[in-house]
Amino acid sequence: MANPLQQFEVKTLIPIHMGGVDASFTNASMFMMFAVAGVATFLMLSMRGRALVPTRWQSMAELSYEFIAGMVRDNVGSEGRKYFPFIFSLFMFILFANLIGLLPYSFTFTSHIIVTFAMAITVFLGVTVIGIVRHKLHFLSFFLPAGVPKIMAPILVPIEIVSYLSRPVSLSIRLFANMMAGHTMMKVFAGFVIPLGILGGWAPLAVDVALTGFEFLVAFLQAYVFTILTCLYLNDAIHLH
Amino acid sequence: MSEGKPLKPLDDLDVRLRKAQAEQKPPIGDGINSPDGSMSGFGMAMRIGVELIAALIVGVGIGLLLDRWLETAPLFLLVFFFLGAGAGIMNVYRAASGLGLAAGYARPPENINGNGDKTNERT
Repeated sequence: MANPLQQFEVKTLIPIHMGGVDASFTNASMFMMFAVAGVATFLMLSMRGRALVPTRWQSMAELSYEFIAGMVRDNVGSEGRKYFPFIFSLFMFILFANLIGLLPYSFTFTSHIIVTFAMAITVFLGVTVIGIVRHKLHFLSFFLPAGVPKIMAPILVPIEIVSYLSRPVSLSIRLFANMMAGHTMMKVFAGFVIPLGILGGWAPLAVDVALTGFEFLVAFLQAYVFTILTCLYLNDAIHLH
Repeated sequence: MSEGKPLKPLDDLDVRLRKAQAEQKPPIGDGINSPDGSMSGFGMAMRIGVELIAALIVGVGIGLLLDRWLETAPLFLLVFFFLGAGAGIMNVYRAASGLGLAAGYARPPENINGNGDKTNERT
């Protein structure tokens, strides 16, 4: 039986070594380029008509724009509008990564924690810098909630700091774990189809069909969750309570 | 748009503009409890589970690093394990009761129905 974890192997396609750093072009890099190219092609081609009455493709592009614009507006408010390009790019990149990863023989780079962690730490550092720039030292009130007795501070401040530092970890683990678990599960069930033969093989095949549908849901849901949590963190940094 | 009925006069343009602008600036929601975008049950369950683990990972990680740096073998690991566990529980409490993500137990001030409601402040 094929190893269900084989699909996550990073293979070097074009070896590049620069100053002792392995910067090779791998299948992960290739699929990242596919995701970026996919987003760009989707948005540019579908908006080419610029019709007042949108075609199907144009309304898909408009729908995704409206979805994220509404999310930023509802969760961050009007000050969040200038961060819209970043949040929209983030959403489309993750969404396309997850969806391209569902194609047979493709590689899901969001199932690697280093990829999701890099995105999460970017969000985390960016949000922290925005908070510090906007609120200066008042930003530290994040770690000592108002109305807490002074005697609790030595316990509460470290807990709050750990809780704050856990944000990028939870953000990255959520996306990576969902993608990896789903893809592994699909491969495990697929591995049962042939060994069980023509009589028993249908059951795991049916499970795989159901899982494929479920994976589409997870692909959307996780892109959505990553983006909405980014919005919430941004909201926290902009409107400190 | 302009076919059939005559064009709307420009004097109520101001009113219409203001209406459109007001729609662009709704009150800031508190995120998770926002009326439209509440997460699905599955998303919420995943979120809470991961939240608990992540804080623990960060706590243990900080403890191990401090121990390696200061060579105080199990001391900081033990301290930060419990701090991480506490932070995890706090994350879950905040996520589950919709207090938002910032520190503290106060509901976000923008949240109208939660404002001034002190019953939930310390539980």
